[in-house]
Amino acid sequence: MPEFVMPDLAPVMPEIVMTILALVTLIADIIFKRKETLAILSIASVVLVFFVLFGTPFKTTFNGMFIADGYSLFFKLIFLLNVVLTVLISMRYLVIERVNFGEYYSLILFATLGMMLMASAGDLIVLYLGLELMALSTYILAGFITYDMKSNEAAMKYFLLGAFASAFLLYGISMIYGLTGTTDLNAISEYIILNGLTANPVVMLSMILFAVAFSFKIAAVPFHMWAPDAYEGAPTSVTAFMSVGPKAAGFAVLGRVFLIAFGSVRMDWSAVLIPIAILTMGVGNIVALSQTNIKRMLAYSSIAHAGYALLGIIAGTGEGLASVMNYLLIYAFMNIGAFAVIIMLRTEGFKGDTITDYEGLAKSHPLAAALMLVFMFSLTGIPPTAGFMGKLYIFMSAVYAGYTWLVVVAVIFSAISAYFYLRIVMYMYMREPKESVSLAATPALGIALAITAAAVIIIGVLPSAVVSFARAAVAGF
Amino acid sequence: MLPKLFFGYYAVVIIVLSLLVVTRKNPVHSVMWMLLLFFHIAGLYLFLNAEFIAAIQIIVYAGAILVLFLFVVLLLNLREELLIERFIGTWPTALVISVSLLILVIRAIQDMALAPPGNHSVDAIQAETHTVALGKILYTDYLFPFEIASVVLLIAIIGALVLAKRKMRSPQ
Amino acid sequence: MIATAFALGALVVGSIFRLKRPYAEKLMPYESGNPPVGEPRQRFSVKFYIIAMLFVVFDVEAVFLYPWAIVFDKIGLYAFIEMVIFIVILFVGYIYAWKKEAFVWD
Repeated sequence: MPEFVMPDLAPVMPEIVMTILALVTLIADIIFKRKETLAILSIASVVLVFFVLFGTPFKTTFNGMFIADGYSLFFKLIFLLNVVLTVLISMRYLVIERVNFGEYYSLILFATLGMMLMASAGDLIVLYLGLELMALSTYILAGFITYDMKSNEAAMKYFLLGAFASAFLLYGISMIYGLTGTTDLNAISEYIILNGLTANPVVMLSMILFAVAFSFKIAAVPFHMWAPDAYEGAPTSVTAFMSVGPKAAGFAVLGRVFLIAFGSVRMDWSAVLIPIAILTMGVGNIVALSQTNIKRMLAYSSIAHAGYALLGIIAGTGEGLASVMNYLLIYAFMNIGAFAVIIMLRTEGFKGDTITDYEGLAKSHPLAAALMLVFMFSLTGIPPTAGFMGKLYIFMSAVYAGYTWLVVVAVIFSAISAYFYLRIVMYMYMREPKESVSLAATPALGIALAITAAAVIIIGVLPSAVVSFARAAVAGF
Repeated sequence: MLPKLFFGYYAVVIIVLSLLVVTRKNPVHSVMWMLLLFFHIAGLYLFLNAEFIAAIQIIVYAGAILVLFLFVVLLLNLREELLIERFIGTWPTALVISVSLLILVIRAIQDMALAPPGNHSVDAIQAETHTVALGKILYTDYLFPFEIASVVLLIAIIGALVLAKRKMRSPQ
Repeated sequence: MIATAFALGALVVGSIFRLKRPYAEKLMPYESGNPPVGEPRQRFSVKFYIIAMLFVVFDVEAVFLYPWAIVFDKIGLYAFIEMVIFIVILFVGYIYAWKKEAFVWD
């Protein structure tokens, strides 16, 4: 037996620090009576992890199971940003929903730890454990309002379909393990090429099972059934959290598994992903047209955005991957921004989540309406917002990879999406207010809105910094 | 011949038991069939020289997890549960999907070429016993997943308390 | 062997050939001659679920200890540190559960 060698812990430092701080937050819940302390503690933790992250060497450790590189760094930044923004919009909201419990913050940190592990996973076992860690924490968060049947339903559906996806993933892992005798992503790729297994049906089956499992996680059609109910029923702050974090983590593993482990069968998996992407954009945008609940509408919108992002993966180039990462970062800003406005409308005794609640918002609360306008423009993809730049880079990378017809389809669906996003804008600006809507504005919510709105506009006007960062991140992939 | 017979018995019984678990109307009966199912899966592990996993299968699954299942089943209102239709309306679709998936898997499995055994061949494992081989690899090469597992278990504790402990849930 | 076969065989043959005439009163559970009241199964308290869940978690923790104990002398100090980390993480959960009164019955 080979002697046990102490593994290099430096690349895993952000995860270690994150674990310790999440445990501290859990214990702090017992000590502190004021739960706002925990919110501040969790933001401080994330900031600390942020600094550790930039001091981390780009290395592989634990026999290739854990990869710290530019790719994982970029995704981890999205996850950390997601935590900061979610915590900022949650603080007042949890009090209004009467679920101001400390576990909320530690669960968010643990879910983020799971996402970070997924982004860095170089081995299918670590990938699976990270995914379960993220998913379990998010299921609990979705059912956090235990006295509300809708929240329970959300957690239940999310859990059942998530467990279903895990089964598919494990089945895919076992198939590829049986064939190649390894769970290491690079070793799988080498084995497939060396033994000429690129046309082997087991590789195809395993690849399809992976595609199904990841499609569940990113809510791509036809594996999106859980998303509308889960997004509508979950606490709004959790909806914001899980529409950004788990989706980005799903894309992180999708990119790594498909471009590395299944890199040699690229034509086959793009044949699987293209119909999924078209269906996702189609169903997401068309069903969103008929929604009356804004959370449900944004759920379908989130499905549609997964479809656009899939184009970058289908392109299969470094440029495509960089544009997906860029898009997910922009999506984090614009989507959480939109949810921040929705949360602001939620006050004691007023749910504020139907689309008609937005009628005449521009008259009663011009600033809130203006912010919502920016986020809706960005989600539609209207210049000069960041959403436009994100879509532009994705479509460009797909065109360069030779998928011009696919981009045409995407642009058509994108035009359809303008109808339901701009309907909100129309309601806010063209209609008279029916009843007076009060806002639950707090400084924390203000900070979140300021960050997201500023980012949406700045990235929209000057996209080059983020894009070149994403390109540099992919360079070492 | 004998090993094939042995495996065939377990494989057939496991499939039959799984079907019984998902088709019973009374959830308590389902759980009881599942108990038998877990024992047969443990038998299959024994057959594969994995005696530690077989023991864990009995202790954790047949012992602990099944009790958890029973508690959850007993939380249901069984009198109403028994009146509910056994299958929801979409079961033909589900059947078509499962059968086509089955055909796909059978088709693919025919081309399965097993990878050459690594350091842990059947003989190597038999020489040092399964538990030792497992321990050696789990606490050296697979140290990292092992530590992540503890965090996943921790989430289970938090989840059970957040979702089921009513006292903490009363509106403030 | 033969004795077992005979005992089981008698039961099987009996179950096939005996007369079966079930009617409502016969199928009713016997409660000292009175008609039965209510369901035999009571709805369980969710408290049982929490206890069972905690049991499963710590059961799995104990399972990990078993192969660890066997190979401890082969790996040495590192194995000890690994297990300490593992147990500390779960111990935090234990303290949490304790303080949230998960072990208090009422």
